[in-house]
Amino acid sequence: MEKKTYTVSIYTENNIGLLNRISAIFQRRHINVESLSASESEIDDVFRWTLVVQVTEAQIKKIIGQIERQIEVIKAYYHTDEETIFTESALFKIKSDLLFEERQIQNIIKESHARIVTVNKQFFVLEKSGMRAEIELLHRELKPFGIMQFVRSGRIAVTKSEMPISQLLGSLTKEEEYAFS
Amino acid sequence: METKTITQTTTKKQTITGSEAIIHCLLAEGVNLIYGYPGGAIMPMYDELYKFQDKLQHVLTRHEQGATHAAQGYARATGKVGVAVATSGPGATNLITGIADAQIDSTPMVCITGQVASHLLGSDAFQETDIIGISTPVTKWNYQVTKASEIPEVLAKAFYIARSGRPGPVLIDITKDAQFGELDYEYQPCTHIRSYTPTPEVQEEALDAAAVLINAAKKPMIVWGQGVILGEAEETFKTFVEKTGIPAAWTILGVSALETDHPLNVGMVGMHGNYAPNILTNECDLLIAIGMRFDDRVTGSLDTYATQAKVIHFEIDPAEVNKNVYADVAVLGDCKESLSKILSKVTPNAHTEWHQRFKDLYKIEYDKIIQHDLTPTKGGLTMGEVLDGINKETKGDAIIVSDVGQHQMIACRYAKFNTTKSNITSGGLGTMGFALPAAIGAKMGKPEREVVAIIGDGGYQMTIQELGTIFQSKVPVKIVVLNNEFLGMVRQWQQLFFDKRYASTEMINPDFVAIAKGYHIQAQKVTKREELAGAIKEMIACPDSYFLEVCVEKEDNVFPMIPSGASVSDIRLE
Ligand SMILES: Cc1ncc(C[n+]2csc(CCOP(=O)(O)OP(=O)(O)O)c2C)c(N)n1
Ligand SMILES: [Mg+2]
Repeated sequence: MEKKTYTVSIYTENNIGLLNRISAIFQRRHINVESLSASESEIDDVFRWTLVVQVTEAQIKKIIGQIERQIEVIKAYYHTDEETIFTESALFKIKSDLLFEERQIQNIIKESHARIVTVNKQFFVLEKSGMRAEIELLHRELKPFGIMQFVRSGRIAVTKSEMPISQLLGSLTKEEEYAFS
Repeated sequence: METKTITQTTTKKQTITGSEAIIHCLLAEGVNLIYGYPGGAIMPMYDELYKFQDKLQHVLTRHEQGATHAAQGYARATGKVGVAVATSGPGATNLITGIADAQIDSTPMVCITGQVASHLLGSDAFQETDIIGISTPVTKWNYQVTKASEIPEVLAKAFYIARSGRPGPVLIDITKDAQFGELDYEYQPCTHIRSYTPTPEVQEEALDAAAVLINAAKKPMIVWGQGVILGEAEETFKTFVEKTGIPAAWTILGVSALETDHPLNVGMVGMHGNYAPNILTNECDLLIAIGMRFDDRVTGSLDTYATQAKVIHFEIDPAEVNKNVYADVAVLGDCKESLSKILSKVTPNAHTEWHQRFKDLYKIEYDKIIQHDLTPTKGGLTMGEVLDGINKETKGDAIIVSDVGQHQMIACRYAKFNTTKSNITSGGLGTMGFALPAAIGAKMGKPEREVVAIIGDGGYQMTIQELGTIFQSKVPVKIVVLNNEFLGMVRQWQQLFFDKRYASTEMINPDFVAIAKGYHIQAQKVTKREELAGAIKEMIACPDSYFLEVCVEKEDNVFPMIPSGASVSDIRLE
């Protein structure tokens, strides 16, 4: 079976140990996690993890089963690129002189729809969100002028179809809290 | 052997220390027996164990690995959660083998470890080790407690997670300051965790689809595993087997769920299993897997495994479905429930001709292998005749605890079982050293039953120190060492697949009888066929612990055998 890029979305309770448990599932099978990000989700007290991996569909199904088996995982999903709207975000730190001296840079910024986050005497910071290819293009274009620092985030994604997680959670009740927590 | 009864502990709110709370939680969960080993970071808890010794018995093992295997043996024999306790650092890391074993064999166990005080965490303090990080891949759940107030909820969760759904080990690491700290104690058992669905609901449509396949099948075969025992579904399972008349084979963790002599029991599947069920796996038209996970030791090469058959998989853990073998119908849920619900949907059958195929192949295996194994007339003693002798004395009523190697395969193949939860062995992990401590736990959990440990000369020496526990805690287990002066199973592979290059498998052994006697355990050694029956009789009749060494043929092999990577139907008889 052919390998594909899959976006894995995992809804979890907040727990410090969970990152270890989830990454171990990939590590055991020698699967490289290309990116990972974690944040709150649309639901109070529920966290959402987004991972990107290159695997076959047979593999991803087994992996999802093993992720869902973890006690604090509420639900895990996998989707192809066609099924998701996704983006990455990058920051470029560049010498300020260039912004004023090189006309071409101004054009590049304009055409790329990148945003200037901050400018001071020494440097300015550009932020670009979008597809990997767009960010890579901007990187190639800016490189000849000298990039002081570059960083790109992991993928974040939402799905085109509905995530039935809210209904699922509606049917589950959070356990009675003990006094201490 | 002393066992103590629990007296109900208080659940009223009161201010107590964390370490006292641990004891109250254990008592509230019905625990009256735990295994462990003390040390600095767990001393506050041991101080409470001292105060509560009339309610909660602590058995001092000789190594923390022994504590985990004893807790496992206890859990496997009783169906209750086993408990093991250790200190931080080396005490905690010594638990890992037992935890990994419990994880892969789905054994309910709670391990409690002490940890350095919370202000020292991360500082490489004396005996600090990241046991949460180390145990994560081999636990069903783990948690580090740093405040006394967390103890009741966390322990309640630990027991609930360990025993519910597909059972497994849980490790709770408790810092020393959390043990010394105070809390307002109140205990509520855990019955629900939002993100955890231990038992999927049985779907009516799946039952219908399964029943259609079962009723239409001409050559159906059942392979059952430990799920039947863990789900306490033995009675329902037997009714299902008898009504459908389907030949039923077992994995080594499933055996004893249906008595050995049952006419529909067709034996063991897998690498050293019986000839008929292995061959016929690749001939049946329907394979009904119940509470088993298609381990590679059971399936051999997956590319050729039962490819002609439709597969129904009764399974509690959704992650096991389609993991190794594709299921045409997956019946998720507790198999006691699903089997009882499918009963009314299946039609009675006898499958007489199909059964004849099993009988014919059994005859071939009997003539070629079994007969020689059980009743040899010449040559050295065989492991099989020892098992046969034990069967004769115990009549199949004993709990058999086996270690790992040739003797294990022989024990699983030939031990006779009349009742469930009677075969205790390390299946998934294959942990040498498991049997001696596991037998301690089994005997203490089921004191009214005969417990016989069958161990190789190699594995015996991995946890031989637990003879000290048997002596000190007066545990009347029967220990049989089948001494072939080899790491026999590895030697067998060297003979068959490495041109007899016996690299580091020959053992020069100590005087085992003298060692047992050193621990004040009655001991005997048998080297001749004529002495065997009498020695076994004496051992079983002995009310105390007893050690029997049997010197067996050094280079016997276990057959049948599916060479690794081969197909189940390529099983070799020689
Ligand atoms: C802890 C551990 N180390 C190594 C092995 C690999 N191993 C499997 S069977 C075996 C030989 C066991 O020898 P013995 O206990 O004498 O039993 P026999 O096969 O001779 O009956 C070995 C070394 C293992 N299963 N467990
Ligand atoms: Mg041996």
